Amino acid sequence: MKVMEGSGAIAEAVILARPQVIAAYPITPQTHIVEDLARAVVDGRLAAEFLTVESEHSAASAVLGASAAGVRTFTATSSQGLLYMSEVVFDIAGMRLPVVMAVANRALSGPLSIWNDHQDAMTMRDSGWIQIYAQTAQEAHDLQLLAYRVAEDPSVSLPVMVCVDGFVLTHAFEPVEPITDEQADLLLPPFAPLAVLDPADPKTFGAYAEPSIYTEARLAVDRAMSAAEPVYAQALHDLGIVAGRRYDPWFDRYRLDDAEVALIVMGTAAQTARIAIDRAREQGLRAGLLAPRLFRPFPSSEIREALAGVGRVVVMDRAVSLGAGGIVASEIRSALYGSPARVVGVIAGLGGRDVSIDTLERALRADTDAWIDAQEATT
Amino acid sequence: MKPLPAGLVARPGSSVENETGAWRTKVPKFLMQTCTGCDLCALFCPEGIVYRVDKKIYSFDDTYCKGCGICAAECPVADIVMIEDAL
Repeated sequence: MKVMEGSGAIAEAVILARPQVIAAYPITPQTHIVEDLARAVVDGRLAAEFLTVESEHSAASAVLGASAAGVRTFTATSSQGLLYMSEVVFDIAGMRLPVVMAVANRALSGPLSIWNDHQDAMTMRDSGWIQIYAQTAQEAHDLQLLAYRVAEDPSVSLPVMVCVDGFVLTHAFEPVEPITDEQADLLLPPFAPLAVLDPADPKTFGAYAEPSIYTEARLAVDRAMSAAEPVYAQALHDLGIVAGRRYDPWFDRYRLDDAEVALIVMGTAAQTARIAIDRAREQGLRAGLLAPRLFRPFPSSEIREALAGVGRVVVMDRAVSLGAGGIVASEIRSALYGSPARVVGVIAGLGGRDVSIDTLERALRADTDAWIDAQEATT
Repeated sequence: MKPLPAGLVARPGSSVENETGAWRTKVPKFLMQTCTGCDLCALFCPEGIVYRVDKKIYSFDDTYCKGCGICAAECPVADIVMIEDAL
């Protein structure tokens, strides 16, 4: 057991995966991850090409090219950086390249904010990347390594985004049980790409698709997303066997079995939410927690099953689809369509506003869609 | 439909199967009235599918002609015209 910064825990997992090309551009609060990796390269701990590119667009383009050339890659970004690479983010998924990226979740401009919420990653939910949200440094460490296993599985061959709360996770020091080299070898086989750019055997990646074939190419990505579900579940199962840490692949449940009210929240706030659940129960409200871990592909049927018998479901979004409400709330409403449960969507924790125990207790008691902890805007 | 390679990775030579001539809306018509046999139409064709049949008689490969009109534009004696493709 070591006390590690969240960013360091992520970097150590990346080192275990031995990527051969890392390309990144600094942006708060992601920077510590790639700083740690740059140090590992300079110190000779990691035999990787570390490309200090001029922008996030270039960082994503560099890992796209390197992945197409058949090597394992890594990049990390946040907020405006993710938006700047967004064009290439979609390309990487469409080209079925198993790039792995850490996203230190941060608010979007404007107004400018460097603080934590989920609005950056949420803009990429339709990009074809698998999205996993971690709650702790330990989980971020574990999922970061397993991300390669899922991404590179030949039945999947899709990129994976490991989403971690900026500052709250990336800059916090927590005890972490690091995966050992031997465990990593058991969990992650060598990368065997489906197709490789090679002058001796020329191919075109990212070719133009006529209307006669484009739909099928998108359908193939959607099918690969479905194929990722069992691969991801198996990877987490294997982690339990190899390292003794067991995660429910889809979501964490806390006191959910007899709950009349379920709170749904992703990321680090789900840890605080456990205390809010305990307090609500002390006050006579039978509350429970469901904290989604996998957001894309979205495990609708598993969530529907887990929430059977719950009367009210409160979904706390740390992002907002302006003009339409909470994004996770919308997904949960779809998943529960036809069930008697009433879904309430609350928006909270935007732009670094603390998600305190009180915030979560107020959310648990919300009866209608609302912005929690927000004062009415005057403009 | 044939199974698609993941990510639509394409191999060279695919135009052997995908006949690019289907893109065009116009095709060249070689009038063969004022032709001097200068060969410029064949030289400038970006697809290399205009060819000489006889001294002042030219033709083109209908399968791969994209109808770009460069042959007609380059002809110094205006002996090639672009017409609607009857496809």
